[in-house]
Amino acid sequence: MSANVAAAAKATPPPEDKSAISVRDMRKCFGDHEVLKGISLEAHKGDVISILGSSGSGKSTMLRCINLLETPDSGEVRVDGELIRMKQGRDGRQMPADIRQVERIRANLAMVFQSFNLWSHMTVLENLVAAPTHVLKRPRAECLEQAEILLKRVGIWERRNYYPPHMSGGQQQRAAIARALAMNPKVMLFDEPTSALDPELVGEVLRVMRSLAEEGRTMLVVTHEMGFARDVSSKVMFLHKGEVDSVGEPKEMFARPPTPQFKQFIANFNK
Amino acid sequence: MEFLSDLQAQFSTAYELLAAGWGVQLLWGIAWTLAVTVVSMLIGAILGSLVAAAKLSPRGGLKFIGESYTTVFRGEPELLIIYLFYYGGTQVLTGVARSTGSIGSTDILNMPSFLGGVLAVGIISGAYQAEVFRGSFLAIHRGELEAARAYGMSAWLRFRLVIVPQVLRLAVPGLGNVWQLTIKDSALISVTGVAELMLTANKAARSTHHSLLFYTVAGILYLVMTSVSTPIFEKAERYTSRSFTRPK
Repeated sequence: MSANVAAAAKATPPPEDKSAISVRDMRKCFGDHEVLKGISLEAHKGDVISILGSSGSGKSTMLRCINLLETPDSGEVRVDGELIRMKQGRDGRQMPADIRQVERIRANLAMVFQSFNLWSHMTVLENLVAAPTHVLKRPRAECLEQAEILLKRVGIWERRNYYPPHMSGGQQQRAAIARALAMNPKVMLFDEPTSALDPELVGEVLRVMRSLAEEGRTMLVVTHEMGFARDVSSKVMFLHKGEVDSVGEPKEMFARPPTPQFKQFIANFNK
Repeated sequence: MEFLSDLQAQFSTAYELLAAGWGVQLLWGIAWTLAVTVVSMLIGAILGSLVAAAKLSPRGGLKFIGESYTTVFRGEPELLIIYLFYYGGTQVLTGVARSTGSIGSTDILNMPSFLGGVLAVGIISGAYQAEVFRGSFLAIHRGELEAARAYGMSAWLRFRLVIVPQVLRLAVPGLGNVWQLTIKDSALISVTGVAELMLTANKAARSTHHSLLFYTVAGILYLVMTSVSTPIFEKAERYTSRSFTRPK
């Protein structure tokens, strides 16, 4: 870990009420391969953090460990100040102590996936109301009304009765973002949301994400979109071989790369 | 000419026999065959989904039970299973009833023939349905299950909202196949004395000595049942996979 990160962590202990997500010393192995080697992260409310890193750096795994789609081997995750309680499983590995708590927290951390993962047997509208009505137990009429507003916002209202397989990738991803918004989440997790899209469809998804950032949403975005990282996010975090290599203010980071690894990484992108 | 008049005579005999009551009996036979098939399919659906879940379980014990079930009931002759349930069931019931004193020591408590039959056919159908359900579950796009978890759905909600509808969609073609097998297996339970189509045709053939006629008629009726069910399953398939076919 670079001096840069350690200094940043020491200098600004976040006031508890402003913390949206706090990760401390997260570790994760797949077999013998250590993917995360003690990652820490602080996201305050309203932060838009772009998480960069080359393939295999652990950035997606980190995101998936935050909402426990993967179970971290050790470390702490707090969402909105609430610690996700873990216990020792029978096989000696860590597991969630209370799955109900995890489900409640997941509902506050809406995730947008690389491959959209809309429920293919439901229309777009049904995709948007499924979790709010069944998980959050909100009245269906209210959810439908909100869903229509969200679909107008992401520009696919006229496709509301389509099934996902009948739509383009860009439309599916915008529907997936609307599905995430329908949860009124505290934090939105984006796992390479534009990586599976044809180049000409990337723009429409980025525009929606930019507008979310502008209205003050808290977002963690694993991405390869350097433009988004530099111009839209409030913080950039660069992972290298399972560790936090550097964290900082985007313009500063891109203008003066704090580490040789990050310098190399952006150089490769500009080639 | 002699041949033609002979054929005519054959037809009028056939007509007379069918009109004399055997026709109605055969129709009842169809009704019983369909009843046996439907009930067996339902028993098989319940058993099949439980067995599929066991086979997919990460727990070794459950997996073993599921594997054994499909191995045994797909590997044994259907007739053997039916005899086992019917005659074996009678023996068990009699033994229990005698020991509790509810029947005399020389009385016999028969396994109800319909119950014994549909249990046996249902258990066999369940073994095939389990394979259909297991394959369908494995064909669900993993990302959709993951999204359900990521949106805070409990195991029950994921099952109800994502797994069941998708398994049904993927299972319809395979279930159509099992339905045909089950119609044919239902003929075997004629040995337990359920008056379904096979037993009725048998009775008619033996008592009138017109085997050729009655077995041909029964054969045609089985073919009608299996071919009528094909378009019904095709329609069901179109409906359940509507999200994957292009809209008009």
